[in-house]
Amino acid sequence: MSAGAASGRGTTGGAPTGAGTPSASTRGTSTLGGLAGDVRSTPLTRANPLATLLGGLVIAVALLLTVDVVSAGVALALELCLLPLVGLAPRTLLVRLLPVLVASVPAGLVTTVIGRDSGEVLLGAGPLTVTEGSLGLGVAITLRVLAVGIPGVALLVATDPTDLADGLAQRLHLPHRFVLGGLAGLRLVGLLVAEWRTLALARRARGLGDAGGPLAGTRVVAGQVLALLVIALRRAMRLALAMEARGFGVPGAGRTWARASTLAPRDAGVVAVCTAVAGLATATAVVAGTWAPVLG
Amino acid sequence: MLARGWSWRHGGRRAQAVAGLDLEVEPGERVLLLGPSGSGKSTLLAGLVGVLPEGDAEDGESAGELLVGGAPAGARRGRAGLVLQDPESQVVLARVGDDVAFGPENLEVPREEIWPRVRAALDAVGLDVPLDHPTAALSGGQKQRLALAGVLAMRPGLVLLDEPTANLDPAGVVEVRDAVVRALDATGATLVVVEHRVAVWADVVDRVVVLGRPGDEGGDGAAVVADGPPEQVLAAHGDDLAARGVWVPPRFRTRPLVPAWRAPTPGEDLLAARELACARPGGPVAVRSADLVLPAASCTALTGANGAGKTTLALTLAGLLEPVGGAVVATGALADGLGPSPWRWRSRDLLRRVGTVFQDPEHQLVAATVEDELSHGPRLLGRPEEEVRRRTAELLERLRLTALARAHPFTLSGGEKRRLSVATALATGPRAVVLDEPTFGQDALTWAELVELLRELVDGGAALLAVTHDADLVEALGARTHHLEPPDPAVPLAPRGDPPPPRGLARWRGRR
Repeated sequence: MSAGAASGRGTTGGAPTGAGTPSASTRGTSTLGGLAGDVRSTPLTRANPLATLLGGLVIAVALLLTVDVVSAGVALALELCLLPLVGLAPRTLLVRLLPVLVASVPAGLVTTVIGRDSGEVLLGAGPLTVTEGSLGLGVAITLRVLAVGIPGVALLVATDPTDLADGLAQRLHLPHRFVLGGLAGLRLVGLLVAEWRTLALARRARGLGDAGGPLAGTRVVAGQVLALLVIALRRAMRLALAMEARGFGVPGAGRTWARASTLAPRDAGVVAVCTAVAGLATATAVVAGTWAPVLG
Repeated sequence: MLARGWSWRHGGRRAQAVAGLDLEVEPGERVLLLGPSGSGKSTLLAGLVGVLPEGDAEDGESAGELLVGGAPAGARRGRAGLVLQDPESQVVLARVGDDVAFGPENLEVPREEIWPRVRAALDAVGLDVPLDHPTAALSGGQKQRLALAGVLAMRPGLVLLDEPTANLDPAGVVEVRDAVVRALDATGATLVVVEHRVAVWADVVDRVVVLGRPGDEGGDGAAVVADGPPEQVLAAHGDDLAARGVWVPPRFRTRPLVPAWRAPTPGEDLLAARELACARPGGPVAVRSADLVLPAASCTALTGANGAGKTTLALTLAGLLEPVGGAVVATGALADGLGPSPWRWRSRDLLRRVGTVFQDPEHQLVAATVEDELSHGPRLLGRPEEEVRRRTAELLERLRLTALARAHPFTLSGGEKRRLSVATALATGPRAVVLDEPTFGQDALTWAELVELLRELVDGGAALLAVTHDADLVEALGARTHHLEPPDPAVPLAPRGDPPPPRGLARWRGRR
């Protein structure tokens, strides 16, 4: 896999092909993944981001139509088998997934306590009761958050923002000024994190770093947010000027694309696999008789 | 390019930024554009590249003609390419190749022609990295060369550079300058460069044009004050240009920038680093083992290549970052009743002991007016109101900011902001002052003022630490230099000299 990726990227990276479309081969160099560490090239990371986006959407919709343990459980089991395709080292992947894992538990607990009661009361304290029914609901919700969240995060990690923008503009024909403007802006977000930290250090240097009362604290943070906004705005304006100076954003002007956003059989495969996960989960639940539509 | 009686007024301003400019540049010429801040240099470049807003009088008004290659500037995008000062805000895309391709794409260059152009442009600037190299991993000098490649790939006849090296270290400056020369040799493009540091470009350009401020002395209202070969213009106007803040090489001026000065004898040690290891929170260890001492009435310059951890070390010494190994030790004279570890001091206690001047002044400005900015520290320390007012007025006067006392700090010019940020650190009279690149991107006037200010501090007994690439500054302050090498993983980290207080079970065990 990785050898294929290296030579694939080489089309744009090194060997001068003169003409040709190096685009499809540049995929797999995920910038987000680049921050996270090495991303192995897999059929998933090489797929067109539009395909991964659609695939993730299919799974999410199928699972949000119903609240039951079986469909979510089956989907989750299948997803876990497919996780290696994300191309991240297990440890890095775990860190990325942590928010989903952490969020799933309280979501289920809350449902267990205040969810619709049915069946035998297992635990009760005033209006807060845990019944067989609400416990089942709670477990289903936890599994559902995982089953929707894990592929969501995983597909996001496997997606290169540049490739996604190419797909959105070239394939879906969204206005390229918005898509590319958004893409360029996204890059500034990373810089803002560093700015925020420096602003905090500077506030300590100016005597504002001590934990005061909540009022004083709020005022310091508000000032810091304002400074960050001003700095971000200036930077964005300079970036806009630099982009304009390079011929971007002329109203009505056309544009060519150095990278072609191509669709390959592999992309159909990604959508098919995701659809299969959604279908299998739904079918199992229907057969088991647990499929319970949320609407109606 | 040709300007005939060209003027421009920014929307919402009364004064014109450029008034009645007549200037002709022949194809292939290389022109250095000089002038005091406010002479409209950047406005002219923006006009040439065609990014000045047009239409409404609210956005701005122009008069006269501004032509590039015989056609009105901006009529065809891509005829002129512009590289700006800040490396960070010119990178558009995440991969080097894509970023260079961005311009040609906008010019609707066919795909099969784009990639050869990208490779040629990267070759011309000598940026030898794979096309899918992440742009975030480039150094400042590399980013500027990338921006230049992005411009070259558009095949412009006119290359415009607006202080392209002001934010770079000396190695980066040379790197970018040489890339520009190589690219011009290869393409034969015309060059107009705006830059304060004359020495960098004087040997490369064949013409120097000096712009005056509209409505300035000279009386006749001419926008061009001087024009000719570099040697000739500098010889005739050296002192005048220097007085306007241009960095004129010493042989072209009769007066030194700052008078001679004798550094006082250093006093007792105030602050020291002992086997100090430091890092940004959550970041890699930037400095593994640093030993240095800051005596009273002295200046120490912290030098080293990019990535050697100079800023991290400086901020750790200033008590803003927690050491990860070794210790920062403040002696009794500095600590004045507190513990030896500045990192443990309260933020308010730092005010009176260690002042910090950040590389970007905007980071440390916290008030709504220049006046409040200066009185902020002394007020926090609960100094008597009368004393605060007197001290603030004094500092305003000293820094020539009195007229701007009520202005919002963010609206000041770069040089004014720099002076203000230094003054905020001094207002509370700290005995140790840490400065991060205080002279970066400053014109010669601001530079001279800063030197005078820092000399006064040293004379007053302060211990200065300045992170700097500026050899002139080191010399003017008679600073001892401490050179920092990039971190060597083989160097072991020393244990924390001020271990964090034990917690929970550990503390209980410790007591027994």
